[in-house]
Amino acid sequence: MNTALNEMKEAITDALGDSVLDADCSGGELSIVVKREDIPRVLTYLRDDVNCQFKILVDLCGVDYPEREQRFEVVYHMLSLVHNCRVRVKTRTAGESVPSVVSVFSTALWFERECWDMFGVPFSDNPDLRRILTDYGFEGHPLRKDFPLTGFVEVRYDDEKKRVVYEPVKLTQDFRTFDFLSPWEGQPPLLPGDEKADDVEGEGA
Amino acid sequence: MSQNQIKNMTLNFGPQHPAAHGVLRMVLEMDGEIIERADPHIGLLHRGTEKLIENKTYQQSTPYFDRLDYVAPQNQEHAFVLAAEKLLGIEVPQRAQYIRVLYCEIGRILNHILNIASYAMDVGAMTPMLWSFEDREHLMEFCERASGARMHMNYFRIGGVTADLPDGLTDDILAWTETFPEMIDKIETLLTENRIFKQRTVDIAVVTAEQAYDWGFTGPNLRASGVAWDLRKSQPYDAYDKMDFDVPVGKFGDCYDRYVVRMLEMRESLKIMRQAIEQMPEGPVRCADRKVSPPPRAEMKTSMEALIHHFKLMTEGVHVPAGETYTAVEAPKGEFAVYLVSDGTNKPYRCKIRAPGFAHLQAMDMMCEGHMLADAVAVIGSIDIVFGEIDR
Repeated sequence: MNTALNEMKEAITDALGDSVLDADCSGGELSIVVKREDIPRVLTYLRDDVNCQFKILVDLCGVDYPEREQRFEVVYHMLSLVHNCRVRVKTRTAGESVPSVVSVFSTALWFERECWDMFGVPFSDNPDLRRILTDYGFEGHPLRKDFPLTGFVEVRYDDEKKRVVYEPVKLTQDFRTFDFLSPWEGQPPLLPGDEKADDVEGEGA
Repeated sequence: MSQNQIKNMTLNFGPQHPAAHGVLRMVLEMDGEIIERADPHIGLLHRGTEKLIENKTYQQSTPYFDRLDYVAPQNQEHAFVLAAEKLLGIEVPQRAQYIRVLYCEIGRILNHILNIASYAMDVGAMTPMLWSFEDREHLMEFCERASGARMHMNYFRIGGVTADLPDGLTDDILAWTETFPEMIDKIETLLTENRIFKQRTVDIAVVTAEQAYDWGFTGPNLRASGVAWDLRKSQPYDAYDKMDFDVPVGKFGDCYDRYVVRMLEMRESLKIMRQAIEQMPEGPVRCADRKVSPPPRAEMKTSMEALIHHFKLMTEGVHVPAGETYTAVEAPKGEFAVYLVSDGTNKPYRCKIRAPGFAHLQAMDMMCEGHMLADAVAVIGSIDIVFGEIDR
C-alpha cells in the first residue's frame, strides 16, 4: 500500500517539477503542496494522466492559520477509482485570488463558492462567485479564526414592522471559553517566570 | 404579422415546497414549461456546524453529526469517530466494529426507506410512504434499545460504542431482517413495474459516467450511472472487509435506475446485517486505552487512577495528536467524509464535512436542463438530498 503511494508521489513530483513545493505520504495519505498559480495545471494533470486518473474532485475546502504569513490553505481532495487512491492537493494564499478549477471539474463551482463564503478566499475566473451558505446580505467570513462563534448579528421578528429585523448580538452572559489544557501534558515544561532566567544571566554577564 | 417576443419566465420553487425535501429555494428559468436553468439557493438550514465543532471537544462533536443527515445519523458519526481514531492510532475491539457495521446498515435502510417512499410520493404514489414507515419505526426502536434515542443516537464513541447491546436485541433484529424482504417485495409491486412511476422516471435526467465523475457524484447516484464503486468494498473500514455482499449497479443513470439501485441496496444491507449478527464475537465494546475511553463505573468506586481518568476525560476530553486526515465512509447518500485537522489539543482545529448531497444538488442545473417543471420534482427525489447535511 505505502510503496504504491510512494511511487505515485515520486511520479507526480517528477512530472510536475517546479509546481510542487512539498510532497508527503506519511500516515497513508498522499498530500502535495503546490504553487497557487499552477493549481489548474496540476489538477488537470492529476485528472488526465494514465498513472493518476484522479477523476473525481470529492472535496475542496479552506483552512485558516492566522499565525502564518500566508494564512489560508485551500485543500483539494481527489479520488482515483482506477487506482483506488486519494490525493490531497494544498495551496496557500494570504488572501490573493486562487485560480478557479471550474473548467477542470464542474463540481468545483459550489465548493469554491463555499470557500469564498466561509473564508473570503477569492477564486479568479469562477463564473458565479456568490455567497452560498450564509444569509442574503451577510457580512464577514464565519469560518475565519477571528470571527466570533456567536457572530455579530441576530434576527428576530418585529411585530411593528411586520418583518424580520437584524440586531447586534446581545448576550446576557459573555461567551466563555474554558481552557481545559492541562499544564501537565502536551505543553513545554515551563512555569510562568521561567523566561526571566535567561535575562538574569544576561545581566549578570 | 408581428411576432410577439416571448420572454423566459423565472419561477421560484420553494423554500416551502413539500417536494423540496427540506428548505430548498430553487430559481428556475422557464421557457414555457421547459426548464432552461436551475439555480438552487441553499443555506436556509445553515447552523455553522463546522464552526461549532472547532469550539467543542472531540466527544462533544459527535452529536452534531447526528443532526447533519438526520435520516441516517449513524453513518455520519462513523466517519467522525473513524477520523479521530485514525489520528489517535487506536484499535477498536472486534465486537464494537461489528456493532457499528450493524448500525450503519440500519442507517442505510432507514435512509433508503425514507427516500424511496418520499420520492414515490413526489411522483404521485402515496401508499409506499404509508406502508414503509412502519418498518422505519421498527428500526428506530432498535436504535432506541441500543442507545436510548430513536433518531439522534450519539451511540458511536472514539474507540468503540457507548455500551454493549442489551440482551435479546440481536435476535429481534435478526427476526426483523426475515420479515422486511416481504415489505420490499410489496413496495416493488407498487412501483417497479408501475406504468405511471416509470413514465415519470425512465429516461429522466440521464447522467453518464463521465458526467457523474465531473460533477463529483458518489454513492448510489454514481452506481446508477454504471460505475461499480463502493467504499465498503474498495476501501473497507471496520468489519466491512469480512462481509459478503454485492454492489448493485445501474445501466442508464436515469431517475429510474437510481430508484432500482437503492431498492437492491436494501436487500444487500439485510445480508450484511445478518452476517454482522451471526459473526459478532463476544468481548469489550470500547478500547482499553484509558486516555481515550473512560473506565467502567464499578472500577471508579475502588480505583483512584480510574477516577482521575474519568474526570480528565469528561472535562478536558481526548487529546488528539497533531496531524490531518481525510476519512470517508459510504453513507447511504454517497461518500460522506471528514477532513480533520488536529493541532494536538483537545478540540479539532478544523473539521470540514464533505456532504454527498452538496455535490449532487449542484448538478441539478445539468440534470434539469431541457426537462419539464414536473420532472424537477422527480430529479430532486431521485438524487436523495437532505438539507441537514447540505447546509451543515
